[in-house]
Amino acid sequence: MRIIVVGCGKIGTALIESLASEEHDIVVIDTNRKVLEEINNIYDVMCVCGNGADSDVLDEASAGKAELFIAVTNSDELNMLSCFFAKKMGAQHTVARIRKTDYNDKSLSFMKQTLSLSMPINPEYAAAQELYNILKMPSVVKIENFSSGNFEMIQLKLKPDSRLDGMTLSEMRGKFKANFLVCAVQREGKVFIPSGNFTLKGGDKIGVTANQTEIIKFLKELNLIQKQTKNVTILGGSRIAYYLAKRLLASGNDVKIIEQNLERCEEISELLPQVTMIHADGTQQEVLLEEGIENTDAFVALTGIDEENILISYFAQRKGVPKVITKVNRDELREIADDMGIDCTVSPKKIIANILTRYARALKNSMGSQIETLYKLMDSNIEALEFKVSPDFAGVQMPLKNLSFKDQILIAGIIRGRTAIIPAGDDVILPGDRVIVIAGQKRLQDLSDIMR
Amino acid sequence: MNKKIVLSILGKILWAEAALLVLPLIVSIIYGNSCIPAFLITIAVAVIIALPLIFLCKTDNKRIYSKEGFVIVSLAWIIMSVIGCLPFVISGEIPSFFDALFETVSGFTTTGASILTDIEGMSEGLLFWRSFTHWIGGMGVLVFVLALSQELPDRSIHIMRAEMPGPIVDKLVPKAKETAKILYLIYIVLTLAEIVILVLCKMPLFEAVVHTFGTAGTGGFGVKADSMGSYSPVIQWVIAVFMFIFGINFNLYYLILLKRIRSVFRSSELWVYVGVGVVSCALITFNIYDSCEGLSEALRLSAFQVSSVMTTTGYATADFNLWPGFSKTLLLILMFMGACAGSTAGGLKVSRVIILVKGMRRELHRLLHPRSVRTLKLEGKRLDEQTLSSANSYLTVYVASVVVIFLLLSIDNFDIETNFSATVACFNNIGPGLGVVGPAGNFSEYSVFSKIILTAAMLLGRLEIFPLLLCFSPATWLKK
Repeated sequence: MRIIVVGCGKIGTALIESLASEEHDIVVIDTNRKVLEEINNIYDVMCVCGNGADSDVLDEASAGKAELFIAVTNSDELNMLSCFFAKKMGAQHTVARIRKTDYNDKSLSFMKQTLSLSMPINPEYAAAQELYNILKMPSVVKIENFSSGNFEMIQLKLKPDSRLDGMTLSEMRGKFKANFLVCAVQREGKVFIPSGNFTLKGGDKIGVTANQTEIIKFLKELNLIQKQTKNVTILGGSRIAYYLAKRLLASGNDVKIIEQNLERCEEISELLPQVTMIHADGTQQEVLLEEGIENTDAFVALTGIDEENILISYFAQRKGVPKVITKVNRDELREIADDMGIDCTVSPKKIIANILTRYARALKNSMGSQIETLYKLMDSNIEALEFKVSPDFAGVQMPLKNLSFKDQILIAGIIRGRTAIIPAGDDVILPGDRVIVIAGQKRLQDLSDIMR
Repeated sequence: MNKKIVLSILGKILWAEAALLVLPLIVSIIYGNSCIPAFLITIAVAVIIALPLIFLCKTDNKRIYSKEGFVIVSLAWIIMSVIGCLPFVISGEIPSFFDALFETVSGFTTTGASILTDIEGMSEGLLFWRSFTHWIGGMGVLVFVLALSQELPDRSIHIMRAEMPGPIVDKLVPKAKETAKILYLIYIVLTLAEIVILVLCKMPLFEAVVHTFGTAGTGGFGVKADSMGSYSPVIQWVIAVFMFIFGINFNLYYLILLKRIRSVFRSSELWVYVGVGVVSCALITFNIYDSCEGLSEALRLSAFQVSSVMTTTGYATADFNLWPGFSKTLLLILMFMGACAGSTAGGLKVSRVIILVKGMRRELHRLLHPRSVRTLKLEGKRLDEQTLSSANSYLTVYVASVVVIFLLLSIDNFDIETNFSATVACFNNIGPGLGVVGPAGNFSEYSVFSKIILTAAMLLGRLEIFPLLLCFSPATWLKK
């Protein structure tokens, strides 16, 4: 598929990295020649140097033939304009990054319609959404929803003294009442799609899929659910913090934001009067202790500096905050944060890249079996895909145990109507079902790709 | 240095060469030549070396950097030439190894300089292989392997950049592999067109194919001692035009395919190329008018020679050694310039000359107005200062190489005209020079040492110096 990406900032580059591994034909437009040169050296893409809203530049990039046009420069207006031009030139789908709160709050739907945007994307809002999902279920690293919403996948890190330490998966089935499936395990940098005789160890990061209610049951049996988050402390008054606070307030939480800049404090307190705004340097431990960090249910570090986020999260974790989330933008630091034992890191650019990659895949697969949702798990080494089953899928109506799948493939769930099935050998896939596949090898395009 | 990926790509190159050697084998079977075993042995050798390289050097780390790109390209060209010269040696038609190597490198680098004294006595199979090397080398072997290979190394642009001549290497489409495919497709279509037209002009099929390979790669190997002199005027015109066509940047053909004709005509490189060709042709016609029978012959001779020298092909319809001094000098100067970047031709390349001239003009302007700020443009786009400075340093290395080769060559006691033109003709991948190595002569009289120097010169010229230079510089290999 022909994709044009305008702007090679943090998001643009993460997006190109993700899309380039999917074999799309990618043209990149940016005004900075040095950045383009770097990208041209690393990825198999074509680079055009110039302004993304210049018709000559768009012409050179053949914007008219693009199936997907994504504008992610740091100017909202430029993004809108170049999407508008590209659409007029014949691009099929356009996506613009629109970040300013003014645009997002009031005129978004008007803009979307007038510019014929396929999708406006707001990185901070999307990141806040993801953070909210994580906070919703404390002690779980991450939570992802599949299409119908009641089927979920959680990732959690086992404590060294966890009950599951030394237990094989088949033993687990007998010991737990909840109906669930462990579909992926990450241990010391390696990722496994486990079979029944796989033994879990403390320190593993595991992915579990199940029904929403079953997941809560499972967490209860593991003694991981103590109480719902009631009050959240956010460090740094960024836009993500604003969206997250708004979301949290709406669901009845107490929110405290610590921000250094007085003007920003005033801005937020004007927009969200219920928030407790603290004007202080949150990197000072004294300030955090004074603000009662030991009693908070969850702590989210959202300053603009990765290193500070990591160090303060480490401090918060040591002080016994049940749930700590850290924003880390640079990939290198993410690994270091993992090594330091920081439970949950979030990278906004990765979130956007995943959303758009998923969107591109869905476009590409608009024929035949569709990919409905796609999540990258365990540092992008494993993918969880949701397919809609078409009647011509070869494995329809046959018990799963009779089908032979490729290596590194696991059917983690079958959603039929409103019920979710954790599949066993005798279950069958029917046309119209949605199937959740966990795949170790990347680039599954179609459900039939899982068959040997 | 990712040695495993380098070796495995070299294995693939040899594998491709073994496959390509099947074609001359078929030709020699058709003509019943005695060189059949020579081809069979060579194919066997190539496969025996290739298989372990491909299978033992499998690696998951497919990442290459520009360093690996240079090394892969240099080693590939050397190893290909060594294997490619085996049929000549084994069959005994060119018994000396260094002669055969000279001939093969001359083929792959599309030079067309020959050490053969009796071309017409060669068997068809070997003549075919000799010209086929032009065709393979013209567009580049690694580009060919890139187009066909299933598993590409990460960042394969480094390989493409090291092999494709010209100051700026651009991709036509987002993917390197697709770009390579498109280039080869254009190449094949143009090649077929020329074969058909030549056959329609009553050239025998075998000769048509061989000469087309020589033209397409801008090489210059023929099958006759007097090159193209004995063919009909029509055929000479056809070849002259096709030489000129293969000297045009292939990107422009792609633009024609996309029906963006207007951008083709906006290409300043094309206009300079055509302009220089037309003006030189007119000057030479005027200069040689007295020695020819009428205007049409003078025009034809001058057009053919200008086209042949500009595109660095090296076919000849007249012994320009006997022409007046002005014409000879003009041809020698054209040898330096070469044709457009992104074509199969050698030389400095028109676009690089344009960049250098523009840079020089700006420097002059700056002397008059020391505070002036001027940005350079090429094809309507702002030129990166980096591109200008690399064109400048290329010119420096280029001149230095010419000087060194010229000096080493002068150890053989030929006259200066012969030595200098031999240096220029080999280094710019043209073929015939002036004096003893003129169109009517050949390189057989040079000593073995000089032949080795000239062989190296041809490779340096084809790969634009830097890859080979870097491949053999210790800094590339030391762990620093």
